[in-house]
Amino acid sequence: MSWEPKIVGFLCNWCSYRGADLAGTSRIHFAPNVKVIRVPCSTRVEPTFVIKAFQSGADGVLILGCHPGDCHYIEGNYKTMRRVPLLKKMLAQFGVEDERVRLDWVSASEGEKYATVINEMTEKVRALGPFKSNNGEGQHG
Amino acid sequence: MAKIKLALYWASSCGGCEIAQLQIGEKLLKLIEVADIVFWPVAIDVKYKDVEAMPEKSIDVCLFNGAIRTSEQEHMAKMLRGKSKILIAYGACANYGGIPGLANLFNREMIFHRAYIETESTDNEKKILPQTSYQVPEGTLSLPEFYDTVKSLPQTVDVDFIIPGCPPEEKTTWLALEALIENKMPPKGTVISHNVKAVCDDCPRKKNEKKVKKFYRPFQIIPDPEVCLLEQGILCAGVATAGGCGAPCPQANMPCTGCYGPVKGVTDQGVHYLSAVASIIDSTDPEEIARIIDDIADPAGTFYRYSLPESLLRRAKV
Repeated sequence: MSWEPKIVGFLCNWCSYRGADLAGTSRIHFAPNVKVIRVPCSTRVEPTFVIKAFQSGADGVLILGCHPGDCHYIEGNYKTMRRVPLLKKMLAQFGVEDERVRLDWVSASEGEKYATVINEMTEKVRALGPFKSNNGEGQHG
Repeated sequence: MAKIKLALYWASSCGGCEIAQLQIGEKLLKLIEVADIVFWPVAIDVKYKDVEAMPEKSIDVCLFNGAIRTSEQEHMAKMLRGKSKILIAYGACANYGGIPGLANLFNREMIFHRAYIETESTDNEKKILPQTSYQVPEGTLSLPEFYDTVKSLPQTVDVDFIIPGCPPEEKTTWLALEALIENKMPPKGTVISHNVKAVCDDCPRKKNEKKVKKFYRPFQIIPDPEVCLLEQGILCAGVATAGGCGAPCPQANMPCTGCYGPVKGVTDQGVHYLSAVASIIDSTDPEEIARIIDDIADPAGTFYRYSLPESLLRRAKV
């Protein structure tokens, strides 16, 4: 069996999860590689979750939230906007490629955009290949 | 009553833990009244073969400091585990990997290249690197194997207690030794420290809402002595670090670097610290956020200063 990218998608309940719903009810075809986890807000996604996803075998992590200014909790997504770049800068030091983590904004009316983001992410991760965290072991112990 | 048999050992460490052990001062005399030191490479002449000859579980307590990065250290950790009734991981390196644990951002090849070939002060034309064995006319010389990955003591052997710190504060060391002397050790697995939630709870600085436009390294700014260092843009790990030390660093105008380990309930101290720092950036503009993040030169080394081997990812992919 050929390898398929495993991507964990954290979707905010108020915008992106509904955008995903719209993509489904609109019968848009998109890659089946993203396993969706619904969260109350993109800022609920602690950077720990992203690392935990990689440690548990994910090849990529997608975080989707409401557009800036549209957060149901007023400024939750601004916190996400600050955390993800710092997390990505640190993950680069761990040898995690930039494209393996993506933050984007998808509103409840953007079913099309949701499908596009999923497809783009899947193809980028497919091009990178599997992420194997060499947890604890190098070549020489 | 028979005296307690005490062993102390150092693995991959700097020797600071030995200084910390001596820092208990005149209390050392109190300790010696009830304990015999049977092994302590820094101070007494007992060889590895003497330890090997000791019966299993004949040492009552072993204070083990330092991380595990070579085959010799792994061997000693396993041997001392077998010989000791109680094995205590003493200090940040033994507990979490410590400063030597930052080597997990690299591998053996990269470290040897830097240390034995590339460093400015190195003159090694033949590019000779350490080898585990070498033939000379007199016989075979050997060196321990250097591993790619640094491990903590609990990742190597079963550990009974943890004494945190880099190095542990005198009061923390004494808390453990006193419990030992009075035979009142807590349940197995306890982190022996004064129970304070976070370093911030020990820190007397004034704390307000945190909003930061620029991060500074300690040498770039003279901090206000009264106000929270993090609020002044100095990366301070107090928010993500268990208290109990008494916050000596922030009181000396230096930020906490996280040596007492994660706050209760947190497994990965570094990413917890990262999350807190990112959240206080005072901007909603992605470009400005990127500029502010640029001030943090080495996120992995800053956030995982002492805990990289015990983090979720444990090492970098190289």
